[in-house]
Amino acid sequence: MSAQELVNQLRSFLPPDAVLYETEDLKPYECDGLSAYRQLPMIVALPHSEEQIVKVLQLCYATQTPVVARGAGTGLSGGALPHAEGVLLSLAKLKQIIAVDPLARTARAQPGVRNLAISEAAAPYGLYYAPDPSSQIACSIGGNVAENSGGVHCLKYGLTVHNILKLRVLTIDGECLEIGGDSLDSAGYDLLALMTGSEGMLGIVTEITVKLIPVPEKAQLVMAAFDDVQKAGSAVANVIGAGIIPAGMEMMDKITIHAVEEFLHAGYDLNAEAILLCESDGSAEEVADEIQRVNAIMQHSGAINISTSHNEAERLKFWAGRKAAFPAAGRVSPDYYCMDGTIPRKRLADVLRGIEELSQEYGLRCMNVFHAGDGNLHPLILYDANKPGELERTEEFGGKILEMCIHAGGTITGEHGVGMEKINQMCSQFGSGELAMFHAVKAAFDPAGLLNPGKAVPELHRCAELGAMHVHRGEQKFADLPRF
Amino acid sequence: MSATIDQYQAIIRAALENKIPLQIRGGGSKHFYGNPVAERHGTLLDMTGYHGIVDYEPTELVITARAGTRLADLEAALDQHGQMLAFEPPHFGAVATLGGCVAAGLSGPRRAAAGSVRDFVLGVRMLDGTGEDLRFGGQVMKNVAGYDVARLMAGALGTLGVLLEVSLKVLPKPAVEATLCLLMDETAAIEKMNQWAGKPLPISATCYTGDQLFVRLSGAEPAVRAARLKLGGEEVQHDAVFWRSVREHTHDFFQPDKQLWRLSVKSTAPSFNLSGEQLLEWNGALRWLCSDSGTDAEIIRQIAKESGGHATLFRADAARAAVFHPLPPALMKIHRALKEKFDPAGIFNPGRLYPGI
Repeated sequence: MSAQELVNQLRSFLPPDAVLYETEDLKPYECDGLSAYRQLPMIVALPHSEEQIVKVLQLCYATQTPVVARGAGTGLSGGALPHAEGVLLSLAKLKQIIAVDPLARTARAQPGVRNLAISEAAAPYGLYYAPDPSSQIACSIGGNVAENSGGVHCLKYGLTVHNILKLRVLTIDGECLEIGGDSLDSAGYDLLALMTGSEGMLGIVTEITVKLIPVPEKAQLVMAAFDDVQKAGSAVANVIGAGIIPAGMEMMDKITIHAVEEFLHAGYDLNAEAILLCESDGSAEEVADEIQRVNAIMQHSGAINISTSHNEAERLKFWAGRKAAFPAAGRVSPDYYCMDGTIPRKRLADVLRGIEELSQEYGLRCMNVFHAGDGNLHPLILYDANKPGELERTEEFGGKILEMCIHAGGTITGEHGVGMEKINQMCSQFGSGELAMFHAVKAAFDPAGLLNPGKAVPELHRCAELGAMHVHRGEQKFADLPRF
Repeated sequence: MSATIDQYQAIIRAALENKIPLQIRGGGSKHFYGNPVAERHGTLLDMTGYHGIVDYEPTELVITARAGTRLADLEAALDQHGQMLAFEPPHFGAVATLGGCVAAGLSGPRRAAAGSVRDFVLGVRMLDGTGEDLRFGGQVMKNVAGYDVARLMAGALGTLGVLLEVSLKVLPKPAVEATLCLLMDETAAIEKMNQWAGKPLPISATCYTGDQLFVRLSGAEPAVRAARLKLGGEEVQHDAVFWRSVREHTHDFFQPDKQLWRLSVKSTAPSFNLSGEQLLEWNGALRWLCSDSGTDAEIIRQIAKESGGHATLFRADAARAAVFHPLPPALMKIHRALKEKFDPAGIFNPGRLYPGI
């Protein structure tokens, strides 16, 4: 079916302004938060009800047209990158919070609702939605489900998958599935886990029931500076070894500390090689007890400088630097590229050393911010897209960082998703058997492969062409064979 | 470790060749759970020979062990470092294994506060229905590479594959625990449990039985002490024994000669008017019904469904009804499709979860 015919068909049930096809109207949709990848879609559809989405899907299914779902477009892996011959299905108009049930501690929301809006709606009841990705003022809950988003508090409070109860999902043929329930578990396979983080490849989420939890009575922050990254890493292990699960545990390296302190004046120690922020929350008694213990552990672990927030303003000031790491990267460099590997924490010093070596090799600076509690590392590679070849060098550098994460026993993506960006590294992380099973799982939901084609899971021939070798825990298969 | 992956792969290949289904089994402590269809024919695939802790570093909060490892051994290893499986899995016998625990997907009293088995699964190594050795997830807390096949295995009752190794997130044990007992009727208990769950209180478990509401507090000593003053009630002595009896179904409520239904529902659902005795956990989200075998399964399932959940015939001397809540056709279609991908010849525990699966 031609684009014009498809537009006509869509317009038979969608209002004229909900079907876009002129280049200037399509332009805002050409990329998501990863602007290095751009592609104009054939058509953008902006339905405002589940009923309309059903019709869009039925039409696309009947005409074998690819469908790419998009929430707020803040994703960092190109998961919502449009398909040139496809419909970009924007869920931005479905932005109603349907209900908040304070006694049962749940909220039902449409996929286009902003993450933070849920917590705002729950605030009058002393409740909030725990996962807080740094883009939470803009990112949508539907997108959070697609990516299994985390945030700075997920060691204690979990990821999206731990904080949702029920989904309404449409399959590509427009059939509605109710997955999960108002109960804490449901009959049959755990499809709620399978759907979460599936990057729009299995179905279109049209409604989400989330769990709400009580707002902690109090939160307090310890900031500790170290003259050595290894010592900071040990301090994290010591806190956890002492039986403490902090609400948040963040680390910044020297270049980040300097970049943020320069324009924010958060009070960071410029002599430090690494700064740790360790937050405690809960009842006043609990926090007082934990903060005292954390302070002692930091001291014992060799911190050169320790400050504890005495009030909310001071706590927010300490946090402000960490939260400004990305904007700070934008200030010191025309462009930056954010990576997202996870490693076992004990390997941190090795991996940071490796990144430093690569940084020298590629002649590109790299800032490192780290969700230290759960091992999720975000190297920010600084580059200038206007310099020929620099983006390509950056991507290669980034790819090598991810492979290093796999070698360290970790993963190529902790919370941003594979999308388009890390599709090649999937060939290194998984063997052909696992990749084949991922394709089979997709086929169980979407046999024709119309939902978000080409993302998240590479075709096996792509891996073969890349010559990428599957590496597990730093061991190569057939390690005794000579390699050239 | 006495068994090898090669041996298991050979058994799977033989089963494929001879078209004989396999009954995957750990210690057999949860053998009662699920539909007993494949029992009469099929080869036993005994996982107890594949045991041992593969990797455990307390400060990483991750343990990896082979499926045949006894749950008791795993918990003892964690205990040495002051850590625990926070979902408090029921063992139902000393022989319970890690593989069986994950496959059954059952969680204990701490579930409402800490999360379920699947919430703590980080990765699996498994054999699919063709005998292929596959790894999903990993040994790190945050990992979104590929679909979450590892968590899909939790509660699948072995119908999608043979678990070889599982990596779980573990947590520190709370410094202090104390249990309070308050007298009230069921309606008041349901309301109280839900109200308290919405407040920043260190409640780690609740149980209502025989007009008594038991509330367990866990955490730092000052936090537990402060909460005890806020909630009131009598402090229970030897409370660990009480919670173990709830977790392991050795509490007097669980009468072996009755049939036991498990209703997983919205926590605020009002009291159910059903014949038999009920025991509530998880702030009201889990309701056990001990009833005479004559009770109509249809009525129980209707009530569970209307309350936003589902009902399982957990234990019965003879299967009078399907064990698991029937699925709507659209969901059943996805279940069949997934089963077909993971176990194309249908050799793993056929029928234990649903007919044809």
